Amino acid sequence: MTGPFFEAMTRVPDLLAAHLLLSAAALTLGLVISLPLSIWSARSPGVARWTLGVASLVQTIPSLALLALFYPLLLFLSGLVGGGIPALGFLPSLLALSLYAVLPILRNGVTGLAGIDPAVIEAADGVGMTSWQKLRLVEAPLVAPVLMAGIRTAAVWTIGAATLSTTVGQPSLGDMIFAGLQTQNWALVLAGCFSAAALALAVDALLGLIERSIARRRRGVALGAGGVLIAGVLLALAPLWPTGGSVITIGAKNFSEQYILARLIGDRLEQAGYTVRYRDGLGSAVIYGAVSSGAIDIYVDYAGTIWTNEMKRRDIPKRAAMVSAIGAWSAQTSGVKVLGSLGFENAYAFAMRGDAARKLGVASLDDLVRAAPGLKFGSDLEFLERPEWAAIQRAYPIRFDSARAYNPTFMYRALESGQADVISAFSSDGRIAAQHLTVLSDPRGAIPGYDAIVLVGKAHARDAKFLAAVQPLIGRVSVEAMRAANYRVDRDDAKDSPEAAARWLGRRIGVVR
Amino acid sequence: MPRTVTPGLTPAAPSRTSIAMVQSQSPGPTVRFEAVTKRYPGGTVAVDQVSVEIAGGSFVALVGSSGSGKSTLLKMINRLIEPSEGCTRIAGADVSAEPAPMLRRKIGYVFQNIGLFPHMTVAENIAIGLRLAGGDGQDADRVGELLDLVDLPRAVATRLPDALSGGQRQRVGVARALATAPGLMLMDEPFGALDPVTRDQLGHAIRALHDRLGLTTIMVTHDMAEALILADRVLVMDKGRIVADEAPRALLGGAGGAVAQALVAVPRDQARRMRDLAGEST
Repeated sequence: MTGPFFEAMTRVPDLLAAHLLLSAAALTLGLVISLPLSIWSARSPGVARWTLGVASLVQTIPSLALLALFYPLLLFLSGLVGGGIPALGFLPSLLALSLYAVLPILRNGVTGLAGIDPAVIEAADGVGMTSWQKLRLVEAPLVAPVLMAGIRTAAVWTIGAATLSTTVGQPSLGDMIFAGLQTQNWALVLAGCFSAAALALAVDALLGLIERSIARRRRGVALGAGGVLIAGVLLALAPLWPTGGSVITIGAKNFSEQYILARLIGDRLEQAGYTVRYRDGLGSAVIYGAVSSGAIDIYVDYAGTIWTNEMKRRDIPKRAAMVSAIGAWSAQTSGVKVLGSLGFENAYAFAMRGDAARKLGVASLDDLVRAAPGLKFGSDLEFLERPEWAAIQRAYPIRFDSARAYNPTFMYRALESGQADVISAFSSDGRIAAQHLTVLSDPRGAIPGYDAIVLVGKAHARDAKFLAAVQPLIGRVSVEAMRAANYRVDRDDAKDSPEAAARWLGRRIGVVR
Repeated sequence: MPRTVTPGLTPAAPSRTSIAMVQSQSPGPTVRFEAVTKRYPGGTVAVDQVSVEIAGGSFVALVGSSGSGKSTLLKMINRLIEPSEGCTRIAGADVSAEPAPMLRRKIGYVFQNIGLFPHMTVAENIAIGLRLAGGDGQDADRVGELLDLVDLPRAVATRLPDALSGGQRQRVGVARALATAPGLMLMDEPFGALDPVTRDQLGHAIRALHDRLGLTTIMVTHDMAEALILADRVLVMDKGRIVADEAPRALLGGAGGAVAQALVAVPRDQARRMRDLAGEST
């Protein structure tokens, strides 16, 4: 079997293991928090009002937002204690998912304890049980079936929400779903969804078996099912056992070019003998933090993004000067090495359908100022919040009729179908040529340079073997080559996977035979 | 006073050795209340300055209407309720001198709602006191003797409480209370939820056990007839105070005052009307 779905399934085992570990850890921490809270709440109605209230409030926060909130929170805490707390990856995912797991366990625990016949409690006191004996011999066994139902709910929620941990840089089955959505690789999306659902169903079935065995006093079956769960977690831990070789984590943002370049770099490093793993789908705002904290070892960013977002600069120097200034700044502030420019620029560019641009007589951003009040603007998810947009608005007082954010892929669809008249395109995008789009010029020089630059984390900034493996890529990737590679992934028919496009690009630029 | 004993509970039923094992070492202890008061926030006084001594080995009934304070007084012996003032002594020792769980392990406690542990078998329920005392689970013989004692077939040992009738469950409750061979037995409306026939049988069974094991038994009931038939001494409570303290025969003879006599009047009236009915029909 070699269909795209089965090809996609080959990515499952590693991600499934990471997904299971994260979910199991979050559920365990959720239990550690909610069990004592349940007992405390059941003993005191005042406490119950608070714990259940707060847990319900947490539940109303969308899980994606809860994950995102932990990033600044941990960053802030890390700052307070002088650094060292990772704000990305496992820790924020664990904390957010654990909080999410608390409510169902807490609610069922409190309900279960409150539902125990008062006569049974009176008898337990009457025969002389201490508080702890009462809990262990009477309350725990009686509340177990209700509590298990809550744990099952929490487990299914946690496994589902863990797919979102991809966005804060924690590998999970969500990697496949997000990457598949970006590149419209539906086989990848399906494989990710299918695996996550299968994991949730399997865990739920095992916990259900434990629940029924407890209710029927069949201890052996309950222990057996628990053993299967623990064996699964241990199996998932296997990749974390020391393997001897060092593992390089390559970061990528959430669009095709990033996936392709990450694989291009990954192929080079694998040839040099490194073991490589990918952390895809990181947001622009968090990825630099990830490389400076060591959560990822290497990735490709764009000069203007670092310049405006990380360095908070508003002036716009020449492209080469900007790259060297970034190199000096990153080396000094976080030890991150700028290895150099790949050779192409992926700048923000305003694009219109060619025929529409000619009809309205719009060729530059100056022209756009005049035409904008009658036009609909489609941007990617970040653009309207980015400092670049603010800088452009300072130079050109553009006022669109309406503005709407899209996934990059859907943004081009919106332009094609007329739902948007102008989009915030990327200059290296293969679809600009393929869709005959007009890119508007920037006569006032408001858009900074966006040279693609390779950033290497502190751990390998002086690693000669590592740097030598990546060095041949510097200055070799032309914008035409990049556009063509991007289009191989982004086009609607005969799509390539990012891996295949990376191999194609490697041959095209002559670094792979 | 007619005292019919159900066949299975005659002293001949269990073997001599089992009686010896079940029997407490010495006759039941004396219980003394010294100016015991229970006041609740909001001003309700459930028990008001009660001082009374209950002799070791006696069977005392605490009778009164709902809210008279009889259950509260009983639960201040095993500290399910802590008094606001005053002190309770068992065999001269203040009950608050040791941790409540330790105290309760030496006192049998049976109450209306029984409270068998639904997830434990009958045997596990009965042996719980032994387990708390550090038993090693080798209690099968002891459980069998206790089942004999409360007139239940040994086969019920492996069943769950759900599979028993109400009367059988209360017999298990009594066996559980007797497992650690306590000298003092507290009973709070022990027959309140049972049908009249079972209630009558179990009442006699309890009295027989009391006599055989030399217990001190204090039983709360709102049923004066039950108190008169089973107890040696009847304490009548009203509004938190003991308003009468008489032997059953004296109460039937008109002693004890208005509140006590109002309670005695009910069964006496019923008995008279039944006699009249029987007289009419013949």
